[in-house]
Amino acid sequence: MKPDLFEAPDYYNLDELLSDEHKLVRQAARDWVKRDVSPIIEEYAQKAEFPEQIISGLAEIGAFGPYIPEEYGGAGLDQISYGLIMQEIERGDSGVRSTASVQSSLVMYPIYKYGTEEQRKKYLPKLASGEWMGCFGLTEPDHGSNPGGMTTNFKDKGDHYLLNGAKMWISNAPFAQVAIVWAKNEEGRIHGLIVERGMEGFSTPETHNKWSLRASATGELIFDNVKVPKENLLPNKSGLGAPLGCLDSARYGIAWGAIGAAMDCYDTALRYSKERMQFGKPIGQFQLQQKKLAEMITEITKAQLLAWRLGVLRNDGKATSAQISMAKRNNVDMAINIAREARQILGGMGITGEYSIMRHSMNLESVITYEGTHDIHLLITGLDITGLNAFQ
Amino acid sequence: MKILVCISHVPDTTSKINFTDSDTKFDTNGVQFVINPNDEFGLTRAMWFKEKQGATVHVVNVGGAETEPTLRKALAIGADEAIRINTPATDGFSVAKQLANVAKEGGYDLVIGGRESIDYNGGMVPGMVAKLIGANFVNTCIGLEVEGDKATAIREIDGGKETLKTSLPLVIGGQKGLVEESDLRIPNMRGIMQARTKPLNVKEPVDANAETNTVSFQKPAPKGAVKLVDSVDELVNLLHNEAKVI
Ligand SMILES: Cc1cc2nc3c(=O)[nH]c(=O)nc-3n(C[C@H](O)[C@H](O)[C@H](O)COP(=O)(O)OP(=O)(O)OC[C@H]3O[C@@H](n4cnc5c(N)ncnc54)[C@H](O)[C@@H]3O)c2cc1C
Repeated sequence: MKPDLFEAPDYYNLDELLSDEHKLVRQAARDWVKRDVSPIIEEYAQKAEFPEQIISGLAEIGAFGPYIPEEYGGAGLDQISYGLIMQEIERGDSGVRSTASVQSSLVMYPIYKYGTEEQRKKYLPKLASGEWMGCFGLTEPDHGSNPGGMTTNFKDKGDHYLLNGAKMWISNAPFAQVAIVWAKNEEGRIHGLIVERGMEGFSTPETHNKWSLRASATGELIFDNVKVPKENLLPNKSGLGAPLGCLDSARYGIAWGAIGAAMDCYDTALRYSKERMQFGKPIGQFQLQQKKLAEMITEITKAQLLAWRLGVLRNDGKATSAQISMAKRNNVDMAINIAREARQILGGMGITGEYSIMRHSMNLESVITYEGTHDIHLLITGLDITGLNAFQ
Repeated sequence: MKILVCISHVPDTTSKINFTDSDTKFDTNGVQFVINPNDEFGLTRAMWFKEKQGATVHVVNVGGAETEPTLRKALAIGADEAIRINTPATDGFSVAKQLANVAKEGGYDLVIGGRESIDYNGGMVPGMVAKLIGANFVNTCIGLEVEGDKATAIREIDGGKETLKTSLPLVIGGQKGLVEESDLRIPNMRGIMQARTKPLNVKEPVDANAETNTVSFQKPAPKGAVKLVDSVDELVNLLHNEAKVI
């Protein structure tokens, strides 16, 4: 693969909206991606293998739970810092960002928000240091966009819960030590349970042959009469709102992450358009190529503003789920379109692994589907503005 | 052991260099600043002294408030305290005087500077600091060990290396070799968070007049077009009669 020459675009001087600390956080994540992700990621994606060495790197830079307080092993940073870290990691690869998002927002966040003090102390430091990896089981074979219909369930057996069911499409499942599993109790109410690898009846078969997020491991979670200790229930929130609260945090990170993927595609295409000569001119001198590039930077700039404003709202605890849906939907769609246009600017070179664009393009097909599909987020906005529910 | 690492705040090597005010000022617009690479090798070596030998590490910079992010980064990497001397870094001698004053007041055993900063490439400051505080000095230093008050330093010399025994207090002009590029550290998020509460003390400068002033900057002439020649004779002819180099 070509050396990583990435230069981040900032067309509207948005850096002036960031603090020196934000810029230091971003630079640290950017330097790490250049040093440890860019040189290896293409090979792992081609092999469809998860680069395990990346776990210690992510932990070392502090990408696991950056906004979790320091006493639990996090860094206690704000939401904009979290967003910038996700942006930089996804600039490298959406699969690596997925690993970090799941660990931070879907595993550490629910334990921190909904767990007991004992659960926080037991799990969070090990998750922050990467000693344990976690996964998040919400989606089921028959319940994707409609997780409330889930059939995975647990029964109270006096001194333990008995868990049965199956989850599908679960990131990090094949190697995770800890799974946050959403299941219904006997009354049909959704609760979160911490399931650990090694519990009898719990298995995690890997999902193969993906054309997307190939450097991230995806699998199933199968529960066949798994005895889960009662102290493993997350007591402080239940109902569909509990997993959706985690998704808010992860979707927010994706809204930033997608900008990273888009910036990488734009930067690559811009550089290529100035170097590649056809008809005696750099192709960047042709109006059709300029239109593509000019539209890309316009869309990136709008997405940056959306993400930044959402970060400010989240720092103030004021961002609504519907606002997060809008940013996730807009920014991922923006990135997938830019990846497609950027790939065309590179002509035939764009389809090879020499450049990152095709990998981003394929990765974004998952990103536009998981954490709420493109359609579902639109319906969330629709519901929010009309008050009329299209899901019922 | 008390270590002072001198940190220059310099434009990243990929920056596009321009001048303003009729070519008398460097145009910082859009320029990204970094820790001077030679100083970063020194800072990393200082972190090893801290981790392996319990040294205390302070960092110092002569410059305006705009250089503080560079000092914060050094704190995030692990330095204990930062000092900024609040005056623009003009010429080497006045900078050396400011640094020497801090080095003396703080009673440092080891002062680590870089062989040169990659902005103006003066390469004078560490030697001047050593003289001003009466410490030993090793320039182009590519290896350093300290035991008690004895130091062993390796110096890069033409075509080889020279190993020196010396004693503290010591000033070095460090460079790559003190540690390798792969040893350089990226600050982590906890480090960045902790840097928030570490002291960054701003000191007013001691009286020091600049001995030199910039009159104007001039960029090298842009490279001309490549000329392809067909024979060695023609090449010799052109080098002799046109380029006048042989
Ligand atoms: C690589 C990858 C990793 C993933 N990781 C995780 C994970 O870690 N944890 C986890 O729990 N899940 C994970 N998922 C699952 C993901 O969240 C789901 O795939 C997603 O929610 C969509 O569900 P589905 O695939 O069942 O599609 P479906 O829900 O069957 O949707 C199919 C199509 O129908 C549309 N649709 C559905 N309902 C409506 C409606 N009411 N109105 C209009 N259109 C509708 C959808 O928009 C979509 O286009 C992952 C998925 C992938 C691909």
